[in-house]
Amino acid sequence: MLSLEIIKEHPHHILTLNGEIDASNSVELDDSIRKMIDDGAQSILVDGTNLHYISSAGLGVFMSYLEDFQAEGIRFIIYGLGPSVLEVFKILGLDQLISIMPDKETVIKEI
Amino acid sequence: MIAHRLQITCQTTALAELRAFLDKVLEPLHLTEQDHHQLKLAVEEVCANLIIHSHQCNEHDIIKLTVKNSKGQLIFEIQDEGEAFNMLDYKVPDLKNVIAQKRKGGLGIILVKKIMDEIQFESKSGTNTCRLIKRFSS
Repeated sequence: MLSLEIIKEHPHHILTLNGEIDASNSVELDDSIRKMIDDGAQSILVDGTNLHYISSAGLGVFMSYLEDFQAEGIRFIIYGLGPSVLEVFKILGLDQLISIMPDKETVIKEI
Repeated sequence: MIAHRLQITCQTTALAELRAFLDKVLEPLHLTEQDHHQLKLAVEEVCANLIIHSHQCNEHDIIKLTVKNSKGQLIFEIQDEGEAFNMLDYKVPDLKNVIAQKRKGGLGIILVKKIMDEIQFESKSGTNTCRLIKRFSS
């Protein structure tokens, strides 16, 4: 099960992920990110506090947008990942390509 | 040695069922949370590849999974009767290429290779068997 919610907290678009992302629902993640870009988002924060599982299908969605984010100057940060999910990002080296922060407080303080 | 068996249909919605089965099988082994998580992920990645690429999500096709726990090693045997895909022959893509080409695939096989200690593949009389092996020092 996966639920996604986008809220605007000026100047950020916050995408909250709740549940598990696999090949059956990664398209929902794709749609949500596309929607925020189309909405003119300049700062996208992904709240992964309640993301309990993500397979390569979901990770590939993030990867596929990295160039767009760079080209359009969109800030993209994922925060709140639990240790097991974070480790999966690290196995692939995605922690070197995506800005990952421990929690929302850190995000607000650092940016 | 106890063997646990599951049969799933070739549709991506079966992946949640696969994860629930793996949770049940792995739970009594008291692995670290990360080992448990990663083994589940690696097995799912192989099955997702088969479902999508070898079987084009044909719900009439099936995948059989057998999990064996033997002498300090866990063996996940995944069998199907689709087009043979030997991931050992698959050249893993460079991450930079994955980004540049906006590919959404290829990452799963990198994960499987990094998580598992050994991967075996054989194709015999129409049945493909992929064996993922994880060793634990006790």
